[in-house]
Amino acid sequence: MSVFPGRLRKVTLGGRRKAQGASAAPEREAVAGMADVAPADIASNDPIIAYFQAASGAVDLEGLELESPARDALRAAGVKMVVPLVSQGELIGLLNLGPRLSEQEYSTDDRKLLTNLASQAAPAVRVGQLVREQQAEARSRERIDQELRVATLVQQQFLPKELPELGGWEVAAHYRPAREVSGDFYDFIELPEGRIGIVAGDVTDKGVPAALVMATTRSILRGEATHAAGPGEVLRRANDLLVPDIPPQMFVTCLYGVLDPATGRFRYANAGHNLPYVATADGVVEMRARGMPLGLMPGMDYEEKEGTIGPGESVLLHSDGLAEAHSPDGEMFGFPRVMKLMEGSGGGSEMIDVLLEELDRWHGRDAEQEDDITLVTLKRSASAGVTMSADEPQEELTSTAPAAPGRTSSNGRADDSVQVLDEFTLASEEGNERLVMERVTGAVAGLPLGSKRLERLKTAVAEATMNAIEHGNQNKAELPVSVRVMATDDDVQVHITDLGGANEVPDDTETPDLEAKLAGMQTPRGWGLFLIKNMVDDMQVTTDGDHHTIELTLHLKGDGNDD
Amino acid sequence: MTTRGFEAHARHREGVVIIDLSGEVNKFSGATLTAAYGEATEGNSSSVLLNFLDVDYINSTGIAVIVALLAQARTEARRVTAYGLTEHYKEIFEITRLSDFMAIYEDEDNAVAQVPA
Repeated sequence: MSVFPGRLRKVTLGGRRKAQGASAAPEREAVAGMADVAPADIASNDPIIAYFQAASGAVDLEGLELESPARDALRAAGVKMVVPLVSQGELIGLLNLGPRLSEQEYSTDDRKLLTNLASQAAPAVRVGQLVREQQAEARSRERIDQELRVATLVQQQFLPKELPELGGWEVAAHYRPAREVSGDFYDFIELPEGRIGIVAGDVTDKGVPAALVMATTRSILRGEATHAAGPGEVLRRANDLLVPDIPPQMFVTCLYGVLDPATGRFRYANAGHNLPYVATADGVVEMRARGMPLGLMPGMDYEEKEGTIGPGESVLLHSDGLAEAHSPDGEMFGFPRVMKLMEGSGGGSEMIDVLLEELDRWHGRDAEQEDDITLVTLKRSASAGVTMSADEPQEELTSTAPAAPGRTSSNGRADDSVQVLDEFTLASEEGNERLVMERVTGAVAGLPLGSKRLERLKTAVAEATMNAIEHGNQNKAELPVSVRVMATDDDVQVHITDLGGANEVPDDTETPDLEAKLAGMQTPRGWGLFLIKNMVDDMQVTTDGDHHTIELTLHLKGDGNDD
Repeated sequence: MTTRGFEAHARHREGVVIIDLSGEVNKFSGATLTAAYGEATEGNSSSVLLNFLDVDYINSTGIAVIVALLAQARTEARRVTAYGLTEHYKEIFEITRLSDFMAIYEDEDNAVAQVPA
């Protein structure tokens, strides 16, 4: 019952006051006050609540036959009679009375008077309660608004006040905060020899804590950018500095790149942030580089790569708020849509306009924005310099990063035959498995995998991700699920890792007993691991104490490929 | 990301009760599906036909929702059939053996012709 605890405890008729306002009362002085009864909570399952609610007037506690701890407590406190205060069918308080001062029993007139009093007092008390509740709510809202204002202030204080002017380049940025500002940020850092550092990041969590972590991360990156050798090293050092100071279960995804405006060369490293896209004459390409988000684990290495933004080409750095926005019926805007829109957009600030207009059109201009949206784009003028390599695929640009720590794939081959197609992390939120399906589908697009086997891979990936979110990370949104998509000549492999290494690995891959489920003898659930196992050619589950990984393998050719 | 517009609406065709499903079948679909099933079986029909044509995603928790519906239909001695599944979900219904307990038809005409009203 919603009234307990809380409302009831405040309403006792205290002190040695006499009941007033009933001129017909013959023995007003006879109504005793309760000097020492402290307001008491009544358990919500106490049957006395229903009894009082239904009572038509004063209740004599002496004669009340009920198994009720509250009745016993009231009696022990010396209460003889209780007058329930009921407003609109809801019990909102009690008038508790001790014995009459004259030591006589309460008369019929006393009871009438009290019942009368209660019926008039109840609505007034209710109004008082509502006013008090509203005041408390208003104070709480004010506190939240105040915190949001502080968070917004901190965040906007640290966003660039003006964009850098680079000869031969058009630089544009757009930042659109959600109502509950989260932790998006971007930055431009001037470096020696005319180069410029470009940062796009996103702190998990919202409000003041996220804003403070954002400010710290920005300062660390600014400090390291001028010292460290390259973007990978900058992120490595920033991660090691952040890990000891960041609140538990918060982390920062961050893309850091260094552009040489004269040549268009862009060296970059990525700590789990959305991949930057480059709009070229031949379509949109992703700039991939491996790396865990900042602040999660010390000693991480960040792959460093280099690409060239050719004349007329645009690079886009973007936060989740765009691709992960939802339409009113729950459909996601999606990365493929972003890439497609970039293709026909003309690049630069025009491209930002196209993206935002389409987003507004798609989820409705009045819809509340779910997350901050940050878009940063750099467009190289078409007449600038010499075309470096418009037909050179970005993915094949050399990695200068140290190789990932010696891993061996589940089929026993060493890592050097494995090509990483994509690597990313995402929050442990229900439904995010569809993001992973979409992203993995994009990553394996160039592989000889028929549509039937692609569907199987998608289902296996979705189920493994759901498993990681629900069982591994216990639905804690702030814990990341890491996904790595790889290919060898023969196989496609997807590794899905959560932070549930300490949890027992479930072993329910046996065929579920459908008859027992249909007969209501077993829960209808329990299909996840069974489905995964039946969708792929091999499934391994590994754990290292901290992490728990499901490794999925599908053969690209051979007997298993039955498309 | 918890809402993904699952809908289920009952209609009648030639005496057969059809429930048109759309969107994503997952653990949040249970209440909507049960409500549509309740509406569909008000006239005490002996069978229910599920239309999956507009369903774009079914996950393991959605399978559980369908199993629960089949279990309910079974206690009421009602037959459940289906049509409009993609090849992929047909395969999944075979692997899970759901198709042993729920006949799958290619299209609505076929399904309606086979289902006793």
